[in-house]
Amino acid sequence: MLQVAYGANLAVAGVDARVAPGAIVGVIGPNGSGKSSLLKAIAGVLRPHSGEILLGGAPIREQATRIAFVPQREEVNWDFPVTARDVVMMGRYRALGWLRWPGKADRERADAALERLGLGGLGHRHISQFSGGQQQRIFLARALVQEPRLVLLDEPFTGIDVQNRAIFHELIRAFADDGVTVLVATHDLDEVRETTSHVLCLNRDMVAFGPTPTTFTPANLRATFGGQVAVFEQVPIFERAP
Amino acid sequence: MSWLTEPLQYGFMQRAMMEVIIIGALCGLVGCFVVLRGLAFIGDALAHAVFPGVVLSYIAGQSIMIGAFVFGGMTALGIGILSRSRRVSEDSAIGVVFAAFFALGVVILSRQGGFNRDLGSLLFGNILGVSMDDVWITAVIGAIVAGILLALLKEFTLLAFDPTMARAAGYPVFALDVLLLLLVSATIVVSLQTVGNILILALIVTPPATARLLTDRLGRMMAASVLIASSCGVTGLYISYHAGTAAGATIVLTATAVFLLAVVFAPTHGLLSGYLQRRHGHHHAHHFHAAGEEVELS
Repeated sequence: MLQVAYGANLAVAGVDARVAPGAIVGVIGPNGSGKSSLLKAIAGVLRPHSGEILLGGAPIREQATRIAFVPQREEVNWDFPVTARDVVMMGRYRALGWLRWPGKADRERADAALERLGLGGLGHRHISQFSGGQQQRIFLARALVQEPRLVLLDEPFTGIDVQNRAIFHELIRAFADDGVTVLVATHDLDEVRETTSHVLCLNRDMVAFGPTPTTFTPANLRATFGGQVAVFEQVPIFERAP
Repeated sequence: MSWLTEPLQYGFMQRAMMEVIIIGALCGLVGCFVVLRGLAFIGDALAHAVFPGVVLSYIAGQSIMIGAFVFGGMTALGIGILSRSRRVSEDSAIGVVFAAFFALGVVILSRQGGFNRDLGSLLFGNILGVSMDDVWITAVIGAIVAGILLALLKEFTLLAFDPTMARAAGYPVFALDVLLLLLVSATIVVSLQTVGNILILALIVTPPATARLLTDRLGRMMAASVLIASSCGVTGLYISYHAGTAAGATIVLTATAVFLLAVVFAPTHGLLSGYLQRRHGHHHAHHFHAAGEEVELS
C-alpha cells in the first residue's frame, strides 16, 4: 500500500495498483486528491511515506534513467536560455552519462523527434517563441529521445488545442504500442475516456482502478468527485465512422 | 595612450589587472548559474556568512582565504540541508542565520585595535594590495571551480531548468546542489580581496544578468558574461586609478552602467527594441506568414 505525505499530512493515503507494460493509465480525481503527489512519488521527487513502487518487479529508483517526466506548463521556466533542441537533448543526458557531451548523432536524434512532433526545422528557436501546444510537444519530444519504460504526464491537456491533442494522442499510443507505460494525471475526463486503457480514480484513497470501459463509470466518478461533477450517460447522436 | 599604459608601470596595478581579469571571468561564469537558479539572495548570504572566517584569519595573520573557505564550506552545506527540509521558511532562516554570522565577524573585529581601517579593507576589498601569491591562488582555485562547473555543465543546466526531471532521471540532486553552492562559495571567497563582502554579489549577478539580455543561448550567455565581467573589471580599475575612486566600488558601478545600457539597447530584450517591435508589429507578423513558418496563437 503506497502512501505519500508532506510532513504529517497524508497526500495519498493508499494506492495499490498493478499496471501492465503498454498501458495508458489516466489518474483522475478532484483538486487536492493527490494526483500530482502520486506522480511525484513515482518520479522520485517525493519519497513514499510507506509502501513501495516497482517497475518490472524491481524498485523504480534503480531504473530512474528510464523514466520520462513531462512537467505541467506552469512549472517550466520559459525564460531559461535554451532552444527547443537543447530541451529535447536533455532527454539524452542520462544515457550519455557523466562528462560526455551530446554529439552529432544526439542532435540528429533530437531534430528527428521534433520533426515527428510537427516541429521540424524549429529546433533553433528559443522555447518562449512557441505556442502552448508546441511547448508541450517539445517536452514530449524530450520524453521520446529518452527511450523510457515509463512516461509521466502531469496535466498535459491544459490549454491545448484540437490539433495539438491529435498529435499528443498519436504519440501516447505510439509509446503504448512499444510497451511503454504511460501515466497521465488530468482532470480532463473526456480525454481519459477517449485515450486511456486504464483509469485510477483517486481521492487521497484509491477509489477504483481497472480497465477504462469497466472503471470509468458514473458510480466510480461520483465516488471520486463527490458532488463536484455532473455525470451524463453517453448518448450516441451520430454513429462514429470506424 | 598614456591613459592606458601609465598605470601599468606600477607592479601593484599589474597585479590588480591580472587579479581582476581572473576574478571577472570566474564570477561571470559561476554567476550565470546563480542568476538562472535564482540564488542571488543565497549568494548574498554566503558572502556575509564568510565574514567571521575572514576576520579570524586576518587576526591570526593568515591569508583571509583560509578562514573564508572554512566558513564558506560550512555555510554552503548548511544552506543545502536547510533547503531540503520543507518545514522551515528557507528565506527567513537564511536571513536570520547569516546576518548573525556577519554581525559576529564585526563584533570579533571590534575587539581589535585599528578597527575602522581594517573593517574598511575587509568589507570593501583591497585589490591594490594583492600579492603575486594571491594572483596565483586565485588563478588555481578559479581554474578548479571553472573546470568542475564546465565538466558538469550538462547536469547543472538540467538541474537549473527542470529539477523535477533531474530527480526523476535519478541524478544525485542534493549532492549537485551542495556542489554548486560550494562553487559559488569558493568564487566569493577568492573574490573577496577584490571587491569585498558587500559588493561581491554585484560582480556575480550583474554580468550574467547583462549577458542574458543579449542572447537566448546558454553558451553565448556564459561567454558574454565572462567577457563583460572581466572587461568591466579592467575598465573600472582604470577609471578608479585616474579618478582616484575606490577600486571595488568603481568596478561594480562600471558593470551596472553596462547593465543599464543593455536594458535599453539589447537587440531583442531591450526597451528600445521592444518599442520598435510594437511600432512595427504588423510588418513582423506579415513577414512570418510570408516565410511560410508555422504561426500559432494561443
